Amino acid sequence: MPFEPVILFFLLGLLAGVVRSDLKIPGVLYESLSIFLLLAIGLKGGIELSRYPLASLAGQGLVVLAAAALIPLIAFAALHRLGRLPRPDAASIAAHYGSVSVVTFAVAASFLSRLDVDYEGYLVVFLVLLEFPALVLGVILARRADGQTRWGPMLHEVLSGKSIVLLVGGLLIGWLAGPEGIKPLDRLFIDLFKGVLAFFLLEMGLVVASRLGDLRKAGAFLIGFGIAMPLVGATLGLLVGNLLNLSIGGSVLLAVLFASASYIAAPAAMRIAIPEANPALSIGAALGITFPFNLLIGIPIYHHMAVRLAGDF
Amino acid sequence: MASKLHPRQLLTIICEADLERQLVSEFHRLGIGGHTITDARGQGKHGDRDGLWPASANIRIEVLCESAVLDALLTLLEQHYFKSYGLVVFVSEVSVLRGDRF
Repeated sequence: MPFEPVILFFLLGLLAGVVRSDLKIPGVLYESLSIFLLLAIGLKGGIELSRYPLASLAGQGLVVLAAAALIPLIAFAALHRLGRLPRPDAASIAAHYGSVSVVTFAVAASFLSRLDVDYEGYLVVFLVLLEFPALVLGVILARRADGQTRWGPMLHEVLSGKSIVLLVGGLLIGWLAGPEGIKPLDRLFIDLFKGVLAFFLLEMGLVVASRLGDLRKAGAFLIGFGIAMPLVGATLGLLVGNLLNLSIGGSVLLAVLFASASYIAAPAAMRIAIPEANPALSIGAALGITFPFNLLIGIPIYHHMAVRLAGDF
Repeated sequence: MASKLHPRQLLTIICEADLERQLVSEFHRLGIGGHTITDARGQGKHGDRDGLWPASANIRIEVLCESAVLDALLTLLEQHYFKSYGLVVFVSEVSVLRGDRF
């Protein structure tokens, strides 16, 4: 099975955390690296977007949004009905899974580049589109009709959050500047990207190691959910990719978007919007199980599935 | 010197960093003119708050105020925050110079 080398940095961080090494990456660096990654991913997407007519993407965007709305609904039903989790916890976890992980997307893109598999660069637009609707859906699922939702602070938290500001901002800058205009910035945002991603994954390994205790609180059902849900999401993503006639690489990236769970935008938004939900459960599942699963096993599986689905053995 | 000192209450809140924006807007609503926020790390009932990433980061907020404002703020914290969030709240009696500022 092909292996993406940046993942080794994640494993190194995980190992360092597990053996209680004194390696510690300051929170400020986490912030800086995530700002860089979000902006760079936005920029790259914007450059690609400038090569496509926007109108042709609107229809695809609507299909992707509609299909993606199924993910939090499926996740909520599984957690609340099958797993008997309280409504707020089930809704908060469903929102995390309906939203997306930018770093998983970046690792998948890097995995595809390494295999020389092409993909539609404008998929970053879907990354942006899928970031927040699931969070709103999660809040609706948690509250149904009790009218206690503090929508203002929650929407402000999400829409003015750094994920959206930097991704959308980068997308716009890349789109306006185009490939030629961005050239002077290539060294920073394109050439250094993979190194920064490796550094961020080292940090994420440490963070995941520090959250392993949460898995005990999560229990067997949630651990199983953390593996099954991305497979369900990826299958849906591959089918939608096929329906939209995306390339194999594009379908894999869409599968990764559907399979991944957010841990940058979602935890902060859910903490404000559904305070009674236990963050140890949602973060434990999204970061402790699904993130490493997608990185280590999921992405190659989704690629394999996409190849088979395209009938190209 | 002692005659220049004015008794005030110092409220200290140690809480999840995610609450910063919300608490600061509560301060503004209550007419509290100033506060100080610092990053904080530690351990407690909510586990290891190591500050490795935003979801495990804590902050320490200090507010100097008079008793009436303090009461309103404590009531608000009790009603809306204690149940679902990790907060440590304590009050100290302090003396300040330039009492008209707090």
